Amino acid sequence: MNDLITYAPALARGFLENVKLAAVCGVLSLILGTALVSMRVAPVPILRWAGATYVNVVRNTPLTLVLAFSALGVSDTLGVTFSQTPSVNGFWLVVLGMTAYTSTFVCEALRAGVNTVPIGQAEAARALGLSFAQTLGTIVLPQAFRAVIAPLGSVMIAMIKNTTVAIAAGYLAESAFVMKDTFDDTGVSIPIFIGLALAFMAVTLPVGLLSGRLARRLAVVR
Amino acid sequence: MASGVLFDAPGPRARTRNAVATLIALAVLAAIAYAIYARFDERHQWQAKLWKPFLQGETWTDYIIPGLLGTLKAAALGAVCAVVAGTLLGLARLSDRRWIRLTAGAIVEIFRAIPLLLLIFFIFYLAPSVFGGGDYALIAVVAGLTLYNGSVLAEIFRAGVLAVPRGQSEAAYALGMRKHQVMRMILLPQAVTAMMPAIVSQLVVLLKDTALGYIIAYVDLLNMGFKIIPAVFFGSLIPAAIVIGIIYIGLNMSLSALATWLERRRRRTRRAV
Repeated sequence: MNDLITYAPALARGFLENVKLAAVCGVLSLILGTALVSMRVAPVPILRWAGATYVNVVRNTPLTLVLAFSALGVSDTLGVTFSQTPSVNGFWLVVLGMTAYTSTFVCEALRAGVNTVPIGQAEAARALGLSFAQTLGTIVLPQAFRAVIAPLGSVMIAMIKNTTVAIAAGYLAESAFVMKDTFDDTGVSIPIFIGLALAFMAVTLPVGLLSGRLARRLAVVR
Repeated sequence: MASGVLFDAPGPRARTRNAVATLIALAVLAAIAYAIYARFDERHQWQAKLWKPFLQGETWTDYIIPGLLGTLKAAALGAVCAVVAGTLLGLARLSDRRWIRLTAGAIVEIFRAIPLLLLIFFIFYLAPSVFGGGDYALIAVVAGLTLYNGSVLAEIFRAGVLAVPRGQSEAAYALGMRKHQVMRMILLPQAVTAMMPAIVSQLVVLLKDTALGYIIAYVDLLNMGFKIIPAVFFGSLIPAAIVIGIIYIGLNMSLSALATWLERRRRRTRRAV
């Protein structure tokens, strides 16, 4: 228990990094996932092909590989950097990898949502003279989003837990590394592990409850 | 709604528009490809000596295949243990005794909520202080995968058992079967068949998660590709990443294809009944 109290400030700072990563990646992967699903249902075959290829390749790659590659490959070998400050650069490299990975799951969830929208909706939109972009943006996607709030919540919960893998990208500010570091210092400490696990639950449980409630409230009644 | 129905069969104007969009998309994709090519060129990544090791048999027999075996070993052990743990936990959650039900429920909820990497770290550091010195990387990975995926599989099994029509167990009880007989001979076989696609999808997740072993220096495919091969063949990180990436993607896609095939087959048999 003393270990937990001694290291609590360091662990809290680390956990805050996880929350920050999750917030940024959550927003960006929702945007990129929406763009990907728009490509996958577009009338232009090459866009459908490009979207499907990207999703299938990235979704089947382990996140650890994606993150290690974004640090060792993209940054160290290819020299793509976001900032001169190592810690800022590390943060955005994790964001790059996590967003690339999570957006494929967002895309697949949304595509399932698009499949729940009755065909008459798109037909009616076309009969009114709406273009493909208008049909998708104003008719189909809003309904698709409302249909998949619960699965999107699961994707986001997985993403929040995945922020611990940032350590694979050499980003050493977040809590998984802090925990490993304290274990290296003082040996294994059960209170620290439980404390950190509770901290993650304190974030993921509300996300789960909220997405469940929103899913019920915003469900499209048919 | 099938995605193809979002737009009509293109008329003359739409065909022109699509052709223009195709050209723009091609131009953008070509620009991205060129940017990557130029970046590789600038950082001297096209040198033959970086790529050549992957054409030599020894690179495969000495590094890549042992790494792949490490990954497959962790995945196979993890899968077997997770299925066993998942079955036990799933059955415990369906128990008639309240305390068994609640304990199993708590275990499932807790291990599903803890980030898997934290769990693996914890086991990795806990094991030496409990069992004495030694290399616990494989054990930590397998134990972590078992606890997490076992909990997820428990929910899948439970959902499967609950989805079997009530008449099945009622009929079995009417024949005089005992509780465990009903479960073992009537409910579980039907639940497993129905849930097979979901189980296989979870095994894909498990296979991908074996890569977490990289972080605690378990010698798997990822470790070979990102640490050992670039150290032996200096600088060939990107070729190695591409090769092992293709292997992972191939493995996962064939497992996913199996899940899809099982799902189709199940639908077919359902219709037949």
